[in-house]
Amino acid sequence: MHRLFQFRGGVVLKEHKKDATALPVQPAKLPATLILPLKQHIGSPAEPVVAVGDKVLKGQLIARAGDAICAPLHAPSSGTVTAISDHPVPHASGMSAVCIIIETDGEERWRPRERTLSNAAELSAQELRGIIRDAGIVGLGGAGFPAAVKLDPGGRPVDTLILNGAECEPYITCDEMLLREHAREVLAGLLMMRHALAARRCVIGIENNKPRAFRALCEAVRDSGADVEVVEVPTIYPTGSEKQLIQMLTGKEVPSGGLPIDIGIVCHNVGTAYAVYRAVELDQPLISRYVTIAGSVAHARNLEVLIGTPLGNLIEECGGNRDSLHRLIVGGPMMGTAMHSDTVPVVKGTNCVLVESTTHDVPLPSRDAYAMPCIRCGNCASACPVNLLPQQMYWYARARDFDKIQDYNIFDCIECGCCDYVCPSQIPLVGYYRYAKSEIWNQEAEKRQADLARERHQFREFRLEREKKERAERHKKKRSAVTQGGSDDKQAAIQAAMARVRAKKSAQDSTPKNTDNLTPAQQKAIDDADRRREEKTRQNPNESKAATKPDRP
Amino acid sequence: MTLQTPPSPHIHSGLHVSSLMLQVIAALIPAIICYTWFFGWGLIINSAIAVLTALASEALMLKLRKRPLKPFLGDGSAVLSALLLALCIPPLAPWWMTVLGVAFALIIGKHLYGGLGYNPFNPAMVGYVMLLISFPLEMTRWMPPFILEQLEIGFIDTLGVIFFSHLPYGLSIDALSSATPLDAMKTDLGLNNTVSEITANNALFGDVAGIGWEWVGTWLLLGGMYLIYKRVISWQIPLAVIGSLFVISAFFFLMDADTYPSPLFHIFGGATILAAFFIATDPVSASTTPRGRILYGIGIGIIIYVIRTWGSYPDAVAFAVLLMNMAAPTLDYYTQPRVYGHARGKD
Repeated sequence: MHRLFQFRGGVVLKEHKKDATALPVQPAKLPATLILPLKQHIGSPAEPVVAVGDKVLKGQLIARAGDAICAPLHAPSSGTVTAISDHPVPHASGMSAVCIIIETDGEERWRPRERTLSNAAELSAQELRGIIRDAGIVGLGGAGFPAAVKLDPGGRPVDTLILNGAECEPYITCDEMLLREHAREVLAGLLMMRHALAARRCVIGIENNKPRAFRALCEAVRDSGADVEVVEVPTIYPTGSEKQLIQMLTGKEVPSGGLPIDIGIVCHNVGTAYAVYRAVELDQPLISRYVTIAGSVAHARNLEVLIGTPLGNLIEECGGNRDSLHRLIVGGPMMGTAMHSDTVPVVKGTNCVLVESTTHDVPLPSRDAYAMPCIRCGNCASACPVNLLPQQMYWYARARDFDKIQDYNIFDCIECGCCDYVCPSQIPLVGYYRYAKSEIWNQEAEKRQADLARERHQFREFRLEREKKERAERHKKKRSAVTQGGSDDKQAAIQAAMARVRAKKSAQDSTPKNTDNLTPAQQKAIDDADRRREEKTRQNPNESKAATKPDRP
Repeated sequence: MTLQTPPSPHIHSGLHVSSLMLQVIAALIPAIICYTWFFGWGLIINSAIAVLTALASEALMLKLRKRPLKPFLGDGSAVLSALLLALCIPPLAPWWMTVLGVAFALIIGKHLYGGLGYNPFNPAMVGYVMLLISFPLEMTRWMPPFILEQLEIGFIDTLGVIFFSHLPYGLSIDALSSATPLDAMKTDLGLNNTVSEITANNALFGDVAGIGWEWVGTWLLLGGMYLIYKRVISWQIPLAVIGSLFVISAFFFLMDADTYPSPLFHIFGGATILAAFFIATDPVSASTTPRGRILYGIGIGIIIYVIRTWGSYPDAVAFAVLLMNMAAPTLDYYTQPRVYGHARGKD
């Protein structure tokens, strides 16, 4: 018996799972148009490799992965690319994004096999990841992180590979139906993933409200003889949340801000394992998935739906009325997203389409439009599986005190909605936390910009200051050269200059004169003249100048 | 047709503030019936006056503050505050005291701070303390249980006393009033009597506390247990209040049983159980973290004991609650639980 570690908090929800599990899964009708958003995953959008007007075959690559965190796209059916343009995508904001739009031809012609089948066991981890990446597989539990990236431990040891079959949200039964009908294939996919990760052990977690799926899995494991534990976990929302399931099965907590791989754990969804099996074993890229259609529809059920099928088609197929739609939720009632339009397509991460129409009984008891003030009852804190204080976070979110709200660890919030569900004041708490988170992100982006600007400004100030200093330094050097330390130099310079003058003078003196080479008589006459001049100067020094004049030749 | 796009989650448990408040009110009803059995119609009439005053005050303030009437008048919080205050007022107190106390509690104690969810102090206790300080004589003029005096005044007579101070024929106000057991204990201890002498000589005292009071306390205890079972209130505050009061009173009782009454007397005497389960647990003004609630409850238990034993008031529930209300925001800040994925020992 596997030991379980109950996480704190959580809520027990009405399951509503019976309706959609009554009918076996069958392929959904082929829609006339498939809408394939280029970004159906976490990471950068895929890059189209087809042009408008191109004929495509089922399974053919239509957009390739640009960088490491990306997933390629494949044509879910054969047909013609009619547009590569903006179309509404399943997003809370109701935004549009670039999609490849394919008009199907109804022939469902497959592309030729690209890979000869090989024994999966002989493939290396690297080869497996390559196949999984090329098949465009992303996490099918909803988050949509490229699976190949998550299957690359990057040299870190993986102790436990957990396969998440908990499926804790009400209404959603696609994983349950997949396990009931394809337990063997899921198990095969799991073993391939284990091989890629070199994981020491494998655990499959499944909520105890799915006995048939549990039995099917146990049988598959027994028949294959694989060393895989299948563990039933209590039906408490949110057991299917990655962090909570890890805690439940291992007693370990994923560090705040970290990833499961940091504690040697990797967690994948059962649907992802099935997609891996199909890619590796059948050479089929991810072009369809199981989707639950529930709520105000005549026949709630699970269908195998081609990626890109508009939600409206599924609603009609299950006997819903598109004209009386009131709310359309993609995902579960706790964490799903309300759509702005029923023309948005099923994407890789779409597990459930929950329909609420005005003509049927309202299946989703939602909170009052008028929220009462928080009375700090603490129900939210008791229900929080992360042990936050939602009442305090709400208080600071309302007050826009985003520093304080981070003191209360808002970024550890997994937005499971438990607090909101139990709030007697019926406050849309999760909405407040999303708002606070996005405001903080915006502020941080702004702050980064401001920091950058301030850094630039500070550097400029520093540079100006430095230049000023350097200039001052140069001036100082010059000045001191003139005054103090350079006085010897100056004297030397003066003396040198004087020496130059003297030398020049003596050179002048040494130039030949007409008084050279004189005859003794001439010499005598000169001497006499000099003597007279001297005498004269001695007698009348003031006239010496004048007296010398006549001597000039 | 335009689709609604509210944020997730898209379902709700259906829990509502009014359902919480109504459950608390329901849990009070057995104790109110028991109280009426022992002490007569006074509480019922006071409760009616209090509830009407509360609704009128609430409506007036909502109107002035331009808030919608329907959700707030129907939330039950004003009715609950009124009932709690009525339980704290002597059963034969004149009508205007109840009106004044309740109006003060709701207008000053609640709405001037921002109404439901924003009042830092427990409104009922704000009203009670105002009355206790302003009208100490009237607020300490309690009744002995009927079975002691062999008299029982009927509904009409009680109405006469409350509204017209008209005493039934042949009765003086002294005959109708008596100290509470806590008050008697305090006064007599001050006269250097021992606890055993006091309880033996005064007919007010029953098996553990006061006759009548101990039964009211028992029903309050059962009502409180029901609220914990239904998760309307958390277990931390009641346990901490009663536990800390028990420990500290047991300590002194064991040291000197003549001077210090027993722990059971402290728990079943006065308003301890009412405070522990119904007053201190008012979520708005209490601490909201699990550890904070324990500290908050311990604080209340200790202050109750200290004021009862060494202070000048016989009971201290209101002061203890109001003092700890002040500490609640600080307690909340320093008692944040360890969040998933954060290292143990540090936050």
